[in-house]
Amino acid sequence: MTEQESVNPDTPRPADARPSKSTRGPKKGTTAAPPPTASASVAAETAPAQDTGGPSTAVDTVPGPPEAPVYRTGMFGVGGSGDTSGFGGLQRRVPVAAPASKPYGGYFDDIDGALAQAWADYSDALEKVVIHRGEMTIYAKREALVALLRTLRDDPDLRFELLSSVSGVHYPDDADGRPLHSVYHLTSLTYRRRLRVEVAAPDDDRHIPSAVEVYPTADWQERETWDLMGIIYDGHPGLTRIFMPDDWVGHPQRKDYPLGGIPVEYKGAEIPPPDQRRSYS
Amino acid sequence: MTTTTGAPGEAPYTESTEGRVYTVTGGDWEEVVAGVAKGDERIVVNMGPQHPSTHGVLRLVLELEGETVTQARVIIGYLHTGIEKNTEYRTWTQGTTFVTRADYLSPFFNETAFCLSVEQLLDVQVPERANTIRVLMMELNRISSHLVWLATTGMEIGALSMMLYGFREREVVLDIFEMITGLRMNHAYVRPGGVSQDLPPGAVEKIREFVPHMHKRLAEYEALLTGNAIWQRRQKQIGVLDTEGCLALGVTGPMLRASGLPWDLRKEQPYCGYETYDFDVITRPEGDCWARYEVKLDEMRQSLRIVEQALDRLTPGPVMVADKKIAWPAQLALGSDGLGNSLDHVKKIMGTSMEALIHHFKLVTEGFRVPPGQAYVPIEAPRGELAAHVVSDGGTKPFRVHLREPSFINLQAAPALIEGAYIADVIAAMASLDPVLGGVDR
Repeated sequence: MTEQESVNPDTPRPADARPSKSTRGPKKGTTAAPPPTASASVAAETAPAQDTGGPSTAVDTVPGPPEAPVYRTGMFGVGGSGDTSGFGGLQRRVPVAAPASKPYGGYFDDIDGALAQAWADYSDALEKVVIHRGEMTIYAKREALVALLRTLRDDPDLRFELLSSVSGVHYPDDADGRPLHSVYHLTSLTYRRRLRVEVAAPDDDRHIPSAVEVYPTADWQERETWDLMGIIYDGHPGLTRIFMPDDWVGHPQRKDYPLGGIPVEYKGAEIPPPDQRRSYS
Repeated sequence: MTTTTGAPGEAPYTESTEGRVYTVTGGDWEEVVAGVAKGDERIVVNMGPQHPSTHGVLRLVLELEGETVTQARVIIGYLHTGIEKNTEYRTWTQGTTFVTRADYLSPFFNETAFCLSVEQLLDVQVPERANTIRVLMMELNRISSHLVWLATTGMEIGALSMMLYGFREREVVLDIFEMITGLRMNHAYVRPGGVSQDLPPGAVEKIREFVPHMHKRLAEYEALLTGNAIWQRRQKQIGVLDTEGCLALGVTGPMLRASGLPWDLRKEQPYCGYETYDFDVITRPEGDCWARYEVKLDEMRQSLRIVEQALDRLTPGPVMVADKKIAWPAQLALGSDGLGNSLDHVKKIMGTSMEALIHHFKLVTEGFRVPPGQAYVPIEAPRGELAAHVVSDGGTKPFRVHLREPSFINLQAAPALIEGAYIADVIAAMASLDPVLGGVDR
């Protein structure tokens, strides 16, 4: 790991990713700085027509991957402190996992090939495949989740008999506008393989099909994810809260749910609660 | 709803839409049921969350037809402490301090699972000695965890002496932990990149003394329990779950191996160098409580074998990665007031090297950055597959940590084990599940 990677994690985007930046342009223009909105929308309209390039049509001048929105500025996560160090100008962009290209290497190609052979809708359901640190993640459309899991479980060349884990992740600044992710870790005991399947839902339509009919073990884990993340699993036999009391309001593991806590006094100094302390990320 | 005091010897009750609800806090069962309306044998019993045999704050709602359980519902959440949420507000190194408290009987496994995922994202290789120490501590921890299981199971089935013996031997293991890490439980000893400090002088000798001692004790347990007719009849053919049932419900670990499937991640998907150790995967075909008892007892012997091999291959070397951007600069040392920064290090940063002081300060307060991505590295914990699903956004704090807790997922199988059985067997079946509520609720 190098410092460079960690600060600016995204690999350079391929050229075909550029149009999405143009569509995002007006939105960013209105929220961040004050360029005339008219010119921003003009830029958005003219961009597809031509592609000369870049700097003149660029709405923001910050270098970096165009489609990943900025989700944090400054260094310490605090504002209005009169910071003159210059670190307040730092911007951190949402990390976006880069899709892998074939061949994936190892047994990942076998999984991919077996899926394509066993399931006709595979290419439609697939959003992207990510290979990172020796783990394979299949990002799929949520409508296709149950069929995908059923294929993964039943096909003799796949045989993912065990659903190890279901967990939810809340990405409030998700680049695709789908912040609620449901992540499935599958294990094939026959082939000694691991696979991660990930589906996402937008916040105003937070529905994901339940996996219980394929893997009964998903029962409690989906209840946990509903309880803590607020993802509604359609078709679950009894989607009730599992950790929090039944009358609890809110879903505590979401990023917009405060951690809470009280300031603590230590040797005369007051230490704020953990979620209000300086943040270095 | 008002509570009505029943006739003498009869439990007080309230009338509800679901029927008459009795509150039973003690007394003679015959007298209590004498007051129940005749002809209707169906009663709903609320067991827990404060029942000694529910291993903490587990609550079972049992519907009984006579003495047979017709329906069982497991209610959890009484010990939910927000460990996963809390880790999102602390540095990666501090994360081990939180996850170690999840399943408090297997702290080293929680720490190692978390650290393996973080190391996978960091893409660092842990030094040989650190790996060996991790294996050593985990296997000792497996023994202490299984001992608590044996002790509590013994107590619940009526073998009270087993409870005393089990906790007595566990104490010896905890003494070893205290000597090495400074704490009996919740150690935060395994850190991303290695372990927090090397073994102190005398630790290896102490563990070497423990191994034959434990072998002797295990033989004593077997002499006490295995041939015991009551022990056998309380366990054989009780709480049966076959391999298919285990996999469908996600049950792993000794329960899965007691149903005949030799699935042990130490063999199947090795980590921490387990592929270089010589040990057997214990299986039994029956799938009942008895099989789980035999599997766990033999697993303790296998753990002792691994401990001995780990001791033999301990060669001097670093216990933390060499990357100074990850490894904390201080070497801890024992001072007059307990464990702390070594005086040599304090002298260096305060007296001679300003840069070392800055580096120390930055690394400890700010922490190191972990490249964005997600990782899931499963390990074989005493109760089954344990892993931390760790998500990083490239910052100095975890973006999300989710523990795949075997206790939590195995507990789903409880209704499958106890519905249709006698109420007395509920205790034995729940004990064989071995849930630790700290891990279940997190």
